[in-house]
Amino acid sequence: MSEPSVSAGPDLHAWQVRKFRMQDRLFHHTTQLFALVVLATLVGILVSLGIEAWPSLAAFGPSFLWTNVWSVPDDQYGALAAIYGTVVTSLLALLMAVPVSFGIALFLTETCPAWLRRPLGTAIELLAGIPSIVYGIWGLFVFAPLFADFVQPSLQAWLGDVPVIGGWFTGPPIGLGILTASIVLAMMVIPFIASVMRDVFETVPHVLKESAYGMGCTTWEVVRHIVLPYTRVGVIGGIMLGLGRALGETMAVTFVIGNANRIQGSLFAPGTSIASTLANEFGEADPGLHIASLFALGLILFVISFVVLAVSRWLISRGMGSEGL
Amino acid sequence: MHILNTIGRGAVAAAMGVAFSVSAFAADITGAGATFPYAVYTKWAESYLAASGNKVNYQGIGSSGGVKQIKAKTVDFGGTDAPLKQEDLDAARLVQIPAVMGGVTIVMNVPGFASGTLKLDGPTAANIFRGAIIKWNDPAIAKLNPGAKLPNLAITVAHRSDGSGTTFAFTNYLVRQSADFKREVGAGNTVNWPSNAIGGKGNPGVAANVQKIKGVIGYVDIADAMKNRMKFIALKNKAGNFIVPSQQAVADAAAGANFKVKGMAPDLLDQAHRNAWPITTATYILAHEKGASAEKQKVLADFFKWSLNNGQKMAEELGFVPLPAGVAKMVEVEMQRVR
Repeated sequence: MSEPSVSAGPDLHAWQVRKFRMQDRLFHHTTQLFALVVLATLVGILVSLGIEAWPSLAAFGPSFLWTNVWSVPDDQYGALAAIYGTVVTSLLALLMAVPVSFGIALFLTETCPAWLRRPLGTAIELLAGIPSIVYGIWGLFVFAPLFADFVQPSLQAWLGDVPVIGGWFTGPPIGLGILTASIVLAMMVIPFIASVMRDVFETVPHVLKESAYGMGCTTWEVVRHIVLPYTRVGVIGGIMLGLGRALGETMAVTFVIGNANRIQGSLFAPGTSIASTLANEFGEADPGLHIASLFALGLILFVISFVVLAVSRWLISRGMGSEGL
Repeated sequence: MHILNTIGRGAVAAAMGVAFSVSAFAADITGAGATFPYAVYTKWAESYLAASGNKVNYQGIGSSGGVKQIKAKTVDFGGTDAPLKQEDLDAARLVQIPAVMGGVTIVMNVPGFASGTLKLDGPTAANIFRGAIIKWNDPAIAKLNPGAKLPNLAITVAHRSDGSGTTFAFTNYLVRQSADFKREVGAGNTVNWPSNAIGGKGNPGVAANVQKIKGVIGYVDIADAMKNRMKFIALKNKAGNFIVPSQQAVADAAAGANFKVKGMAPDLLDQAHRNAWPITTATYILAHEKGASAEKQKVLADFFKWSLNNGQKMAEELGFVPLPAGVAKMVEVEMQRVR
């Protein structure tokens, strides 16, 4: 090949260029195909959910969303209790998980001794890899009884008489319910949020932090005025990742939420979530409105997740604009 | 070494030969449905494979799934806790037989009360399970337990959160005890439990809730209740006796039932025998009168015939209750329709 005649040069060159172009095109189309498969799957799921849910949507109309009835014997269905449980448990979980994750990430990136950084970081990543059913079994058999015996009575003693808030802690301390589900969910999302936060905190250029420290800032001031503004987009992204996981979590929630298809004011009371209702009732659902309503619940969860994703995208893009990043 | 190798190879070849020769004659049959008898069917399948060389697979996908699958002919037999009505059987040309008996027990966790020491009757149980009686020291409970020191403790109702044949049998018993229960809670695989109720997934979920939460009352099938050593409630039967659930009490209830009805699904609840456990159930097998493969139908009939003669004792060891002897004979006759 090293001996082609001078006249053959351009030909060979052109052939090679053609070949490379072909390869590029092939590569482009193959990867495009893979990407389109994702899109097609998404649309396929949405369409099939819509078709299966149609009998229920047609029978109950939009009031399906705000009707607080889920009665299989009467064949009457409304999604409110499941939506309420899903949203409340996820938000409470975030309320608990975000400060803790923030603290973990801060400690790991700012004040942790170097020798501890790696084992701690690995431990958090390992926590993220534990299957959710393990959290559920642990929650049911270990956490819930301890919670019922030690935490719930003292919460009632401390906060039971406070107006408004006291109502959140009424009812017999049985260990299972909305609050237990939220706590277990918080434990499940902490590793996700914390590891994303740690990763983005590490992207802050040292020169910025060093200059702030040089001006006499405390660690908190550095975090508040340098690290957080610089990483806001990533932090929001990490929180939304956690929220997405909390919204769709099925097995762990099914084990500890108490599975009652109703809305009760107390956080100690059992409730239900969209995912846990699906896990419980799909296996033995009667054909007809029951199964269609379960599909409608699935569709609602799909829409909620989509909205969460869209809002986080919007927050991120807005953040990027104002930061000029 | 060399000799050992030769022997080893020979053994492998022989084993393979046996395996091939068996599979050449055997037909694998598949069933799906109720989870309640899953332990029994898999135990039978294991022993039947050893005895006949035919493989039986059973998937516990739930009773309604089992009915769906057998109607769609994707399985060779279906299992259901809720028997089909005669017209449904005729329409789909299905044969229905009882496979094994069981009972649903009421279990509790009330400090100071051992198994069988707390007594309830049907209407009181219905009032508890619909959330009308919410304390253990309620006068209605005290009246049935004279002299007992009932605690001032809130009642929590533990139920199955997944749709279940156990719930179906239990609620069908309670709707007969109370019109209020029928109106408020209803009967079926999934029903409207009251606000002091807590749902656990599967029998293990309910068992865990009953064992962990103080003041709880729940329902579990007798096999699971015995396996988990749960504390029973003594329930008043039709003859007026308070019965602590046992396999014998279920067998006594079954003995009085008339299986000579189409579909072999008599009313087993609230039997008149003086020792009858009131919430007695049977689990059923569905098969097509004419299947796609005559070979498979033959194995299917043979499997259940075998189970009548050899399997009922195994079921008893697993906490289930064998079919009464006379019923087993009737099932054998009924199975002749499967071909």
